[in-house]
Amino acid sequence: MIDFIDLNKSFGKNQVLKGLNLSIREGKISAVLGPNGSGKSTILKCLLGLVLPDSGQILFNRKSVIGKWQYREHIDYLPQIARFPENLALAELIKMVTDIRQQQGSINTLVDLFELAPFMKKKVRHLSGGTRQKVNILLTFMFDNPCLILDEPSSGLDPVAIIRLKDLIRQQKDSGKTILFTSHIMSLVEDLADEIIFLLEGRLYFQGSKTEILEQSGQPTLEMAIASILSGNPAFSIKKNRVTDYS
Amino acid sequence: MIKILKYTGYDMLRSWWGYSYFLFYFISATALLNLSADPSRAITSLMNIIITLCPLISTLLVVMYYYNSREFMELLLAQPLKRSSILKGQFIGLAGTLSLSFMTGLLFPFLIFGFLSRENLINLFTLITIGTLLTFIFSALGYLVALRHENRIKGFGTAIFIWLFMAVIYDGLFLFTLVLFSDYPTDKIALGLSFFNPIDLARIIMMLKLDISALMGYTGALFNKFFGTSAGMVISLSVSMLWVVLPTYLFLKKAARKDF
Repeated sequence: MIDFIDLNKSFGKNQVLKGLNLSIREGKISAVLGPNGSGKSTILKCLLGLVLPDSGQILFNRKSVIGKWQYREHIDYLPQIARFPENLALAELIKMVTDIRQQQGSINTLVDLFELAPFMKKKVRHLSGGTRQKVNILLTFMFDNPCLILDEPSSGLDPVAIIRLKDLIRQQKDSGKTILFTSHIMSLVEDLADEIIFLLEGRLYFQGSKTEILEQSGQPTLEMAIASILSGNPAFSIKKNRVTDYS
Repeated sequence: MIKILKYTGYDMLRSWWGYSYFLFYFISATALLNLSADPSRAITSLMNIIITLCPLISTLLVVMYYYNSREFMELLLAQPLKRSSILKGQFIGLAGTLSLSFMTGLLFPFLIFGFLSRENLINLFTLITIGTLLTFIFSALGYLVALRHENRIKGFGTAIFIWLFMAVIYDGLFLFTLVLFSDYPTDKIALGLSFFNPIDLARIIMMLKLDISALMGYTGALFNKFFGTSAGMVISLSVSMLWVVLPTYLFLKKAARKDF
């Protein structure tokens, strides 16, 4: 569904993506992992058109997205930091995003799930960090689009909200959506991801299931497997040409 | 674009900025109109306030708004919207609401206290025109600065410097140049230099309109001498328009290539 082909991106002298090739399969939950600065957020932002790649191609449903904007109506995005216009009340914010996207959103179940009803008339600036993240989740999941991009979805949430978020993500997957997310919380990745994508220094080091990464690294847990890649496990090397050939 | 404009305007109108800006102009205009015997004097004083304050507030407000809404901007950019529409909408929303607060703040005292002679209304209209032009010019410059600097301190520093340069330093350098080359004919240089400062242009427009030669200043008098009142007006207004278009074009171009 999503293909990154030979993607390069530098910020000044810092080359963040180095010829990255990656394919995301339709209808699966894929988790993008990697240490800070490995290019996780950058590939998500490249896909959304927030960051413009220096070279390479990004395909969404086999069509190039670079310089385009219409394709974004099929993608719901959850940004890492939740900040909204400060003087709008929550209900107005929801109306605004619905109006901008020109799509019908259904909020009732989400408002109940994250207990947001008491905040609907409050100005967004009076909400706590965790509540803002719940608002952020609401604004992302209220639409029914085939692709979800989640950047650190669990940040700032309490354990109950995390459990509900996980259920929500599973429900979305069951309805056939493609979900791509980044996280530093390994338990979240273990619980949710069908596929693990590991990036290091702007290159793809691993793409496969949880069982595969454990087998390949010879480690008992995902956390230890990741640590072993970082400490230079010889079983892992840069992956090339994983892109599906459509020609 | 219209949607973003609508919500930016709505957000601004609900913040204390919009109201305090309105109140400030309302109180200043009320006080000046009632305290000075001659309304054209009050208008000159208002002009001095406008050409200093409109640029300062618009630059700072835009820079602050941009930095504050940086994360929300990311969310907007991930929506099915054109990048340039988002920025145009925000820009017009911000500069538009500022102009609206300023316009109503000036207009109400004139209406309430009955300064409604034809001459007063024409002068008021000129004041509103230059204030709106300055608001749009300096809002565009504010966007240019904010998009260029990720570092907020550098952004604010540059914004304040631009204002200080145009409002104060430029005039000093201008006079210094004229004194330095006082042995040579400097009329044309002075005329040319005044095109490069929108605040000077605004002052010239107002002075040509008021036709007070004593207050016209050197460049105002030059404009009058070279072009006559009406041609001088047209030229200074056109150059001011160019000052809106050029920075707007530049910041949109900058935004098109920027990584958010």
